[in-house]
Amino acid sequence: MRRTVFPHKLLPWLLLAPQLAITLIFFYWPAAQAFRQSVLKEDPFGLSSTFVGLANFRKVLGDPAYLNALQVTVVFSLLVAFGALAVALFLAVQAEKIVRHKGFYRTLMIWPYAVAPAIAGMLWLFMFNPSFGTLAWPLRQLGFDWNPLLDGDDAMALVVAAATWKQISYNFLFFVAGLQAIPRSLLEAAAIDGASRRHAFWTIVFPLLAPTTFFLLVVNTVYALFDTFGIIHAVTGGGPGRATETLVYKVYNDGFVNLIIGDSAAQSVILMVIVIALTAFQFRFIERRVHYA
Amino acid sequence: MHDGTTSPLAARGAARTLAHLWMILGVIIVAFPIYYVFIASTHSVQTILRPPLPLLPGPEAARNYGDAFSGGIGRIGGVSLWRLLGNTTLIALGIAVGKIAISMASAYAIVFFRFPFRMACFWLIFITLMLPVEVRIQPTYKVMVDLGLIDTYAGLILPLIASATATLLFRQFFMTIPDELLEAARVDGAGPWRFFKDILWPLSLTNVAAIFVIQFIYGWTQYLWPLLVTNSNEMNTIVIALKKMISFADADTPWNLVMVTSVLAILPPILVVVLMQRWFVKGLVETEK
Repeated sequence: MRRTVFPHKLLPWLLLAPQLAITLIFFYWPAAQAFRQSVLKEDPFGLSSTFVGLANFRKVLGDPAYLNALQVTVVFSLLVAFGALAVALFLAVQAEKIVRHKGFYRTLMIWPYAVAPAIAGMLWLFMFNPSFGTLAWPLRQLGFDWNPLLDGDDAMALVVAAATWKQISYNFLFFVAGLQAIPRSLLEAAAIDGASRRHAFWTIVFPLLAPTTFFLLVVNTVYALFDTFGIIHAVTGGGPGRATETLVYKVYNDGFVNLIIGDSAAQSVILMVIVIALTAFQFRFIERRVHYA
Repeated sequence: MHDGTTSPLAARGAARTLAHLWMILGVIIVAFPIYYVFIASTHSVQTILRPPLPLLPGPEAARNYGDAFSGGIGRIGGVSLWRLLGNTTLIALGIAVGKIAISMASAYAIVFFRFPFRMACFWLIFITLMLPVEVRIQPTYKVMVDLGLIDTYAGLILPLIASATATLLFRQFFMTIPDELLEAARVDGAGPWRFFKDILWPLSLTNVAAIFVIQFIYGWTQYLWPLLVTNSNEMNTIVIALKKMISFADADTPWNLVMVTSVLAILPPILVVVLMQRWFVKGLVETEK
């Protein structure tokens, strides 16, 4: 707690005003509206609405399309989060062994961070589109019936690849920082004891990286849930069929394309609960880490 | 490597070479899509449509880029490339600068003043971490309509500049400023503005640079929000315009121009990240915890 502060009474409110105003208008008010709409049902003309309690939630949770979106989201998020973490960790470990030209590799590794998710998706679709994609061409030559525009599994593979690719840079930077924080003496002691590199990695390095890995797991999950909307919207539009329709895409689709406000609001509320759970999980874990330090 | 005849030094050298090979493979995977779109932007439509595409730049670079800038994009995207780049730059800068300004101001108020409901204000801002645009799309859109902010720069920028992360970071940093510094400044008769301008701002520059890079990228790569609040092509960001240009079903898509547009949509943020790498990496790794 600070001992010295400025004595002004009005000034702090003026300083806070812009942020509070924006927060109230664009965050709290709409969030409250989402809760309100989630328990209302509008008539087809949008003129009046009646209170329906939890009916919207019951309808959403009983809807096979919603359960499908939930399943797609879980599969997609797991593949993206674990894929991006595994590749980044492997590359960061390799980068640690290198003495010279480290900066050069890092510079080339961080590019995708700056690429918009939607553009990442378009780049991958460009490379892998069935009619003239340069990398789809060898797949077809090898006899794969590759067509992400028609086949659900192929479409999923493509959006997972694009989303993973984009997230590798971010994870790589954190893993490199995490690895650098591990004391050299620990690894040297292990080497003197005759531990193989592989053994030393799994028994010393990996456990010491656990805080970084957990943090990244949460960040990657949030990324896969929300930030990948652009990839899916630009590449597959949720299709073919509903093979790549994630929860966020469905909220957008029901709210803006199909115009089912009540359903969309109920879905928003469910998403909010998921984010709150993830954030709470993250903070519990950060608190634990503070105790370690 | 493990036959017992090689020295430990040689084994280490071999491991290092292997590590280099893996890194090169990693860099190829990571950088290839970006290199590839650049290559594609220097070939004619006919070459692009006949796989496989050459791995080296082609002869059409000058023509493609000339075409794209002199109105070729207008036929498909509706507006000139300059306009799209201008819009996106304005939005990215607006978000980055706006975020830094309002979050620094609020963190300053919370740390260096005492007033009623101080912590309540802090929590009010903090909780917005849990409310990304995606979970409140429809009602936020309605607010925009009611306020007449559809198709305006204010509508594209304002809802995205309130961020708990930047405020948290500045608060955390301000709390590390020793009490003695503030005491000394006050003894010398410095008010809140002088203290901020002469002492706090110079000390915050590294943090400001880091947040600037992160938020500039955030602004440049926005998708869902610009998609919702813009109807007119005039207000498109380059990312949205690109999406509108592409059709894989339509044989008429001028792929060479699409590739030029992609390069220009990717290049500015990459330059920002690469040129400001030192602050960016430090800021990212140290702040986002």
